[in-house]
Amino acid sequence: MSIALATHDLVKNFGGLRATDHVSLTINTGARHALIGPNGAGKTTLINLLTGVLTPSQGSITLEGDNITRLSQHARVQRGLVRTFQINQLFADMSPLQSLCLAVSERHHQGRDWWRVAGSSKAYVDEAEDILARFGLRDVMMQQTRLLPYGKQRLLEIALAIACKPRVLLLDEPAAGVPEEERHEIIDILADLPKDVTVVLIEHDMDLVFSFADRISVLVNGALLTEGGVDEIARDPQVRAVYLGESGHE
Amino acid sequence: MSMTPTAHQMMLDQARWRWSESLFWLLSLGVLFAFPSKALLFSQIAIMGLFALSLDLILGYGGIVSLGHAAFFGVGAYAAGLMAKHGLGDPLLGLAVAAAVAACVGWLTSFLLLRGSDLTRLMVTLGIALMLFELANRMASITGGADGLQGMMVGPVLGLFSFDLFGKTAYLYALSVLFVLFLLARKIVHSTFGLSLRAVKGNALRAGAIGISASSRLVAIYTLSAAFAGIAGALSAQTTQLVSLDVLDFHRSADVMLVLVIGGVGWLYGGIIGAIMFTLMQDWLAGITPQYWEFWIGLVLVCLVLVGHDRIGAGVKSMVARISGKGSAA
Repeated sequence: MSIALATHDLVKNFGGLRATDHVSLTINTGARHALIGPNGAGKTTLINLLTGVLTPSQGSITLEGDNITRLSQHARVQRGLVRTFQINQLFADMSPLQSLCLAVSERHHQGRDWWRVAGSSKAYVDEAEDILARFGLRDVMMQQTRLLPYGKQRLLEIALAIACKPRVLLLDEPAAGVPEEERHEIIDILADLPKDVTVVLIEHDMDLVFSFADRISVLVNGALLTEGGVDEIARDPQVRAVYLGESGHE
Repeated sequence: MSMTPTAHQMMLDQARWRWSESLFWLLSLGVLFAFPSKALLFSQIAIMGLFALSLDLILGYGGIVSLGHAAFFGVGAYAAGLMAKHGLGDPLLGLAVAAAVAACVGWLTSFLLLRGSDLTRLMVTLGIALMLFELANRMASITGGADGLQGMMVGPVLGLFSFDLFGKTAYLYALSVLFVLFLLARKIVHSTFGLSLRAVKGNALRAGAIGISASSRLVAIYTLSAAFAGIAGALSAQTTQLVSLDVLDFHRSADVMLVLVIGGVGWLYGGIIGAIMFTLMQDWLAGITPQYWEFWIGLVLVCLVLVGHDRIGAGVKSMVARISGKGSAA
């Protein structure tokens, strides 16, 4: 089994605080890998390090064997490492169609085209429309993003990442804030992701994690506590104590 | 089903040329024949409009605030002025060189604006304009210092149309340049590159996450904007046959910001409409109250910003609706 994404002894300090503490993580190609941990465990910091929003204080990151530790955020995206955000990060004044057309054009290195009208390449627009249809956003694709209901915005958040054709997709709490009755839309979308795409899922919702993931890493206080298959983690007394036990009391 | 436009058509539709735009440009040509005595004023408006258009490219589309845009206007004016002084009086050659020189200055300084908040950018742009002003003041042997550049000889446009005293050639020349550059700007903001600028301005974090390098896009638009401003400066130098330190003065940077805010940021026509309103208001108010016209400009600006263009537009619409509604009821 080849390795899609790996960190080696990754450390991030914010002043005196160590948000990421010697994390060495290996994610196999095609895996459905969940990253769980209590609030403040450093999950989002780790995502920010992986995607290049933050620079690590120490350690390295490899994507399909290449060292990407020093690559910029957009260069990593061009190599197929794409993320979604826990809090929607969308283009509020643009329509979903415009947003996706842009993402598709950027993937084809046409983002600098300053002469032809945006969307003049029919192939790109068709691709954008296909993705929107798959996410149930076709009916609202010409509306301003800021006017969409939250659930639709959450779907667009993922659709925008899919338009970048990820090889490794990092999902930061994709179902955050989505009401119970709309969750199935997100869950269906995640289940339908192509099998060759490696998915790393950060999630609080344990039902979602256990139904989706085939492997789980547990992060506590910035360090990797343990890692294993779903059953293994569910049975692990250490994990139950720090994490599952905690949420069981809620 | 065949009646509903496809996504492809809908994307293209956003850049469609509208008949109101043709009307706008025909009118701006027509005013010359209606009011030939005002040609000099009109050419001032066209130049101010181009200058404000250049600011709109970075502010309205790139999200970069600047209080030093006069730097590029001034550099362009001096470039064209010096050429005309030293025997290279062809206007179009002057524009090209002014654009190139201003673009170089814009490109070099753009890297100082990539990081930092709006406040940092305001201060950096202001600082650069101040430095250029002082440089022009010190290098009096080249620029003429406080006395201004003496002895410019501007040739006829295309070797055919000499500048006349009444400003007719000046206006047609300035309007043509404005129109061509407007078309170019319009093309650019509706392109994929233009869309990517909107994305960077709207959410730089997400723009990076879909593979856009925000820095390189901002450098590109800032350089282009500087070139446009340089051309505006060159037009000013050529049509007035005058370049003084005033072209680099702080008030010019502030004025162009004012003009753009009056006309509305981020739709290209804002700069031109703002220039029309600002210059006409200035001309009219200066006739009534020569010393206090800035008071009234200030009042209009405060009202515009506090009330906002959207609400003024909506207010006018509802007023029109009410009047026509009353008309039909009576």
